[in-house]
Amino acid sequence: MSGVEARFRLQREGFSLDVALGLPGSGVSVLFGPSGCGKTSVLRCAAGLTRADEGVMRIGEECWQDSGTGRWLPTHRRPLGYVFQEPSLFPHLSVRGNLAFAGKRCGRRDPPDGDLLELLAIDGLLDRMPSALSGGERQRVAIARALGTSPRLLLMDEPLAALDAPRKREILPYLERLHQELSIPVLYVTHALEEVARLADHLVLMEQGRVVMAGPVGEVMASLESPLAATDQAAVVVDARVSGHDASYGLTRLDVNGVELWTARVSCEVGHRLRLRIHARDVSLALFRPEGSSITNILPAVIEAIAGERAGDDAMQCLVRLRTASGARLLARVTRRSRDLLALEPGMVVYAQIKAVVPVI
Amino acid sequence: MPELTLAPEDWQAIALTAKLAAVTLSILFVIGVPLAWWLARTRSRLGSLVSALVAVPLVLPPTVLGFYLLVLLGPQGPVGRLTEALGLGLLPFSFPGLVVASTLFSLPFVVQPLQATFSAIGERMLEVAATLGAGPFDTFWHVVLPLSRPGLLSAAVLGFAHTLGEFGVVLMIGGNIPGRTQVLSIAIYNRVEAFEYAHAHLLAGGLLAFSFVALLALQFINRAGVGAPGMLRGGA
Repeated sequence: MSGVEARFRLQREGFSLDVALGLPGSGVSVLFGPSGCGKTSVLRCAAGLTRADEGVMRIGEECWQDSGTGRWLPTHRRPLGYVFQEPSLFPHLSVRGNLAFAGKRCGRRDPPDGDLLELLAIDGLLDRMPSALSGGERQRVAIARALGTSPRLLLMDEPLAALDAPRKREILPYLERLHQELSIPVLYVTHALEEVARLADHLVLMEQGRVVMAGPVGEVMASLESPLAATDQAAVVVDARVSGHDASYGLTRLDVNGVELWTARVSCEVGHRLRLRIHARDVSLALFRPEGSSITNILPAVIEAIAGERAGDDAMQCLVRLRTASGARLLARVTRRSRDLLALEPGMVVYAQIKAVVPVI
Repeated sequence: MPELTLAPEDWQAIALTAKLAAVTLSILFVIGVPLAWWLARTRSRLGSLVSALVAVPLVLPPTVLGFYLLVLLGPQGPVGRLTEALGLGLLPFSFPGLVVASTLFSLPFVVQPLQATFSAIGERMLEVAATLGAGPFDTFWHVVLPLSRPGLLSAAVLGFAHTLGEFGVVLMIGGNIPGRTQVLSIAIYNRVEAFEYAHAHLLAGGLLAFSFVALLALQFINRAGVGAPGMLRGGA
């Protein structure tokens, strides 16, 4: 068993946390939810920074805490990396000193890993003091420092939240590259869907100190029961491969498990894997293959389920989940009127017209 | 035309004062650093009580503190009986007695700046250190102390200068024994009593100049610490 088991129960004035997570032993697990839902508390409990009233924390065979047996490792004895929301470098140490602080304490005397410095593009900053770095640079150093302890688990608490939009765009590609290079599990907290779509392999939705839904990101995002489905942000993420470019029209052809989609040209080589986000609001349905439509991406699909109008939600609209020939899920938001006019029902074959396919990587 | 050189007993007083200040400051740091750290971190009510106790010498007339110490350390006092039973003799009117009194009297001048500096460091830096594998003592040594450098300097200068200048406590507990307990401030008092103003000027002016230079140096050091982080650069 190589996964991560994290169970915490915590009672504080005006707040209670009660979560039981079983997470994969590799890849990025994103904890997603509104502010104050307990995401950060889960991370702090996992790190031992907050001691849960009852808790179990296991990584594979290693047990870090188990209130049943009384086992408790303090934070500094847990082989983990932690990236805080605001870049928290030691102001009295240079970048090199900050990185060495981590290395020394896990018994490594050799200089920081050159590949990592290059990947995060901080190899040129080693002799600077933190006060001479931009916010984005500081956070990249903080990430390198956290990884410098050779951790068994990387915890990231909204590492982009304290940065402005340009800095976020600057760091996200580094996180994506890390995502591909790292073999250890990552627990990533965010309340930004953009980051979920770009980074998550596994998604945990949280609300008010409880886990609402958890699973592979594709499944959770495509679920009609998830809290996301009720919002304007309802979307699916699908993994695709670049299969060709059409230079004359400025388009890129993508292959999603044998199904062809077109999108605005992306500067990736053929064969490159990328992730797409398709919003429910960008998908409309037709009973017959539309002729003479300006929409390029039209796929046959089977209706799997239709979410009824939830009390208090946009009563005018409902959400339809579709399965395409390739097995990929789609969500479509249609009005209730359309649903009735087209007599949409689970099992029917329809044509999904996709207005926009947004590559997120 | 007054004679403008220091007499041997003046030099004796100066040497004794410097020794007293140095010994007191060392003890103050050994006690004050952990105490200030505890006060900065504790959330217990005991913390407030200890804080108030430490601050008492700030408001108490030195003679009052000296009087109670004299009673406590004297042959009839509980501490006096203890020191006698341990074969240490009696502390009043001795150099060790002066050290004890000065330490108590200057404690707030060391503990308060340290406590303020330690509090300003904040939980986050300690948490960061823990996630990087540093234990509590390691963190204190390699994160808290380097970050507290300006506060440590303030505490040292204030503690030293305050011990140099004390009078009332020393007079009560130490008396006025040349070479043993006669410190600079008391030597000045003696000179004034004897109408030897030129000597008094020399000693008092020296003390004034020293205190001013020490505080000025502190200002410069702290300003440099703020303006140029390079001042605080640690070894990599």
